[in-house]
Amino acid sequence: MMQIPCPWCGPRDEAEFVCGGQSHIARPPLESSDAEWGRYLFERDNPKGLHYERWLHRMGCQQWFNVARDTVTHEIKAVYRMTDPKPEVAE
Amino acid sequence: MKGAAVSADRYSLFALLRQGLKGHTGWRPAWREPEPRPHYDVVIIGGGGHGLATAYYLAKEHGVTRVAVLEKGWLGGGNSGRNTQIVRSNYLYPESAAFYELSLKLYEGLSKDLNFNVMLSQQGIVTLAHSRHDLDAVARWANAMIVNGIDAEILNRDQVRDLLPAMSWGPDARYPVLGGFIQRRAGMARHDAVAWGFARAADRSGVDIIQNCEVTGFRIENGRVTGVDTSRGFIGAGKVGLAVAGHSGVLAGMAGFRLPITSYALQAMVSEPVKPVLDTVVLSPSTGVYVSQSPKGEVVVGGALDLFPSYAQRGSFRTTEDVVAGFCEMFPGLRRLRMMRQWAGITDVVHDSSPIIGPAPVAGMYLNCGWGTGGFKAIPAGGFTFAHLLATGRPHPLTEAFGLDRFTTGRMIDEAAAAGIAH
Repeated sequence: MMQIPCPWCGPRDEAEFVCGGQSHIARPPLESSDAEWGRYLFERDNPKGLHYERWLHRMGCQQWFNVARDTVTHEIKAVYRMTDPKPEVAE
Repeated sequence: MKGAAVSADRYSLFALLRQGLKGHTGWRPAWREPEPRPHYDVVIIGGGGHGLATAYYLAKEHGVTRVAVLEKGWLGGGNSGRNTQIVRSNYLYPESAAFYELSLKLYEGLSKDLNFNVMLSQQGIVTLAHSRHDLDAVARWANAMIVNGIDAEILNRDQVRDLLPAMSWGPDARYPVLGGFIQRRAGMARHDAVAWGFARAADRSGVDIIQNCEVTGFRIENGRVTGVDTSRGFIGAGKVGLAVAGHSGVLAGMAGFRLPITSYALQAMVSEPVKPVLDTVVLSPSTGVYVSQSPKGEVVVGGALDLFPSYAQRGSFRTTEDVVAGFCEMFPGLRRLRMMRQWAGITDVVHDSSPIIGPAPVAGMYLNCGWGTGGFKAIPAGGFTFAHLLATGRPHPLTEAFGLDRFTTGRMIDEAAAAGIAH
């Protein structure tokens, strides 16, 4: 069970949120190869440990934001806005 | 037990009676505990159902016996011991239908083949329809199966009611049942027995099963894998097969590539044992809940994934609550059952809900992963076809469509609907 600190609404129950998967994925140029495009669409870091990911406060303010979270302990290490760069977080 | 000779006795009613007369003092370990050798022709990482089945079929079908199965914990302690032990072949597309049907057919002969009772119970699986749209979906699904030559039978409301009288049938049912379909040859098998049966049979063929041996890295020379570093030292390998389900991404990371996989926790729970109340496995696509009753009488309940990346084998209460709520609405008479255990396994979910069986981006390395929420039913065919790939270097004809290349060509086999779980 997680309590997720929404940057706008404060700490709320996990049930109010939807995870949008890995964050900071840059779209490659349109002329890129099929292989490169496939990697962009489908391949993910999927780490056991620190993961940078997007969440939507669907049952709240409806805003997207980024979370740095441990995928084993589920501990949330950082919360930051969609356009912010990836923060340095100790594992 | 280390060093004890392994009994070559066949398991049989006669052996059981003989042991009964001797107070069951004569049973010996079902597999050896060998020290790892410095080099194997094939090293399989992952001592779950798929890894052990692969080792068994490598020896049986291809005569490859210099094989090691490396398991970081104990045999069948990962997803093989955490699934809800359902076997079925009710998929939509021809590629999946042919593959999962082979698996079900191998299951049908498995107890005899392995000389180990896997307790296959073909009690059928009923997929429910709760709305007009569900009825259409069920008809499409069953018809797709029939076209692929697999048994399926569309049921009306009364037929479902005859099969599942314990469900909520009153006028106030929260999820009224309008019909459904059944695959009668589907059912369940004892999951531990499947892992143990394959382990025992593989061991007899000379395969080394090495437990408590965690892979910590790969040795790769000139783009080709030459062995694995483990918690018990370096082990050289001609070929390496990965069969580690939810941890496929972690091992891929060690070898320097990524996979089109995200790992999620899938949870399940069992109740205290009660007298027989369910004769079939039942799945409600609307609630995402599926229910069965184990031979011990425990009611086994599973549901949707915890929909965020996770390697924690416990599951979130949020999903537990959803699963229990759906279960209670479906089976009001079972509301007061106490749940004895709840757990989760880490599933390797792929975008099209189909497995990945094929070469990895590193030469000499091969993948058996992407089973998502349904790896157990696929164990015999997964092992059979993966053994073919490892032995010959070419995909088995049944798994040619399941390679990594489909994420470049875009030729997906989208089984999200038939995977049976809300993704």
